[in-house]
Amino acid sequence: MRGKGRAVCLGADIDTDVIIAGRYLRTKDRSIWAQHVFEDLDPDLAPRLSGAVIVAGKNFGCGSSREQAAIALKEAGVIAVVAPGFARIFFRNAINIGLPLIEADLGCPEGETVRFDLESGWVELGGKRSRLRPLSPHMLDVLRAGGLVAYWRVKR
Amino acid sequence: MSSLSERILGARAGEYIDRKVDRAYVHDGTGVLTLEAWKGMGSRGLFDPSRISVIFDHIVPANNSTTATLQHELREFAKGSFLHFSDIGGGICHQCMSEGIVLPGEVVAGADSHSCTLGAFGAFSTGVGATDMAAIWLTGETWFKVPQSIGIRLQGATTGAAEAKDVALAYVGQLGMDGGSYKALEFIGDGTGSLCMDERLLLCNLAAETGAKTGMFYADDITVEYLARYGQSAGEQEKEPCDYVQELEINMADVEPLIAVPPRVDTVRQVRDLAGLPVDQVFVGTCTNGRYSDLARFARMVRGNKVAVRTIVVPASQEVMKEAIRTGVLTDIVEAGCSIGTPGCGPCLGAHMGVIGEGEVCLSTANRNFRNRMGIGGEVYLASVATAAATALEGEITEPEVP
Repeated sequence: MRGKGRAVCLGADIDTDVIIAGRYLRTKDRSIWAQHVFEDLDPDLAPRLSGAVIVAGKNFGCGSSREQAAIALKEAGVIAVVAPGFARIFFRNAINIGLPLIEADLGCPEGETVRFDLESGWVELGGKRSRLRPLSPHMLDVLRAGGLVAYWRVKR
Repeated sequence: MSSLSERILGARAGEYIDRKVDRAYVHDGTGVLTLEAWKGMGSRGLFDPSRISVIFDHIVPANNSTTATLQHELREFAKGSFLHFSDIGGGICHQCMSEGIVLPGEVVAGADSHSCTLGAFGAFSTGVGATDMAAIWLTGETWFKVPQSIGIRLQGATTGAAEAKDVALAYVGQLGMDGGSYKALEFIGDGTGSLCMDERLLLCNLAAETGAKTGMFYADDITVEYLARYGQSAGEQEKEPCDYVQELEINMADVEPLIAVPPRVDTVRQVRDLAGLPVDQVFVGTCTNGRYSDLARFARMVRGNKVAVRTIVVPASQEVMKEAIRTGVLTDIVEAGCSIGTPGCGPCLGAHMGVIGEGEVCLSTANRNFRNRMGIGGEVYLASVATAAATALEGEITEPEVP
């Protein structure tokens, strides 16, 4: 699970309502979530997310359990999210849909390139590499499979 | 020296475990994605249909044909698979599960962040996402990291115009929006004996707003008596001393009417500091404050008067609504000029009825006041039922009088 992307910086306590608003949830059309992601925070943000690594403050993904928040980010082309900490349901949801999360405090390196390798457990910014707390073997298996649906489809 | 979570999960804090789930539930919002994920996993059976609940509460009745079609698919699946199913108007999932279904000591997973509400029974109950829930439908199990626990020691009883909601806002304000992250909140202390089940459900409900995995009360005589009314026999849980990672003490007699200022639930002020701020809408209901005792308290305060702003009251369940009809509480509320909604989540999530307009202010008894939560450009202040009643009568934020 290696990847890289250009940093797009956000603040702390980004809640799932602001990632994707309640008014857009009643559909199975994932492109709608990608189109309206972060609309209430910054309507110009969605088009800039393709190939981006979101670098956010603490408690990213707090609030509602809506999985559409994690899906919206992935559908919009987000490579990974880096934050000092994630709200617990969002954390599980993101792993379950195959969106890599990186627990690290990188400050706000807007536009710089962030590289990571979850299996080896590091994240790199401006040539400086930091060690990561390893994900559990189960979480890595799920991410490698591309998410929990794909993981269970082939299991047994 | 174990926490209640450790006792129920049978492992120490910090351990990762695979655990059988006793009850699993979804609502119309998360159920659609759960069903899709379950099909994606190969539609390979359901671990135990009698332990899986599908409860329609988020957009009830459906607001447009897209919603109606999604609900139709889920409804047909639930019925055809013999799941426990509650259709529109039955009530909010957490409330329905609290009406004689969840029992002390059970492990409960709900596909909604406020599933922590049911910890009020001394169950380990927590929120998961739709894909996690699909795997639970398939296997009856999921993984948990056994949480560390924060002790919230409650002393005494609320006095004056303060109520359990104010106690909840007090602890949320102290812990902050991530102060409970990945932990369980255990409500302990002599004051717990003064709290009825409605109040315990409320206090556990707000645990989600601190990022906590769950909130919990030990099952005691009050729990046992409550469940007996639904024909369930349960035992009390023995209280053990526990080394909490953090302990918070709240003397409930010192708590005054509080209000959470948008857009953060942890920006908590005294109601009197905001007195006089005009509001456009008052909303009483939700999995926080839509229970019978809430409606009865609201009715007592508005009886014989007329509300000064549009006021929406939504009972948390059909059972709550029936009781409110039987006792005349609902009549008092309607006579006071309030509008009654179908039992369910109502306007809380800003997805259908009761959406507020740009620049409008809503005083709500719910649990979330995120930016644009109830409508684009609107602001949501969170407070108690008594504050909602006083505010509805005056049309501006008003501290409730001591009854």
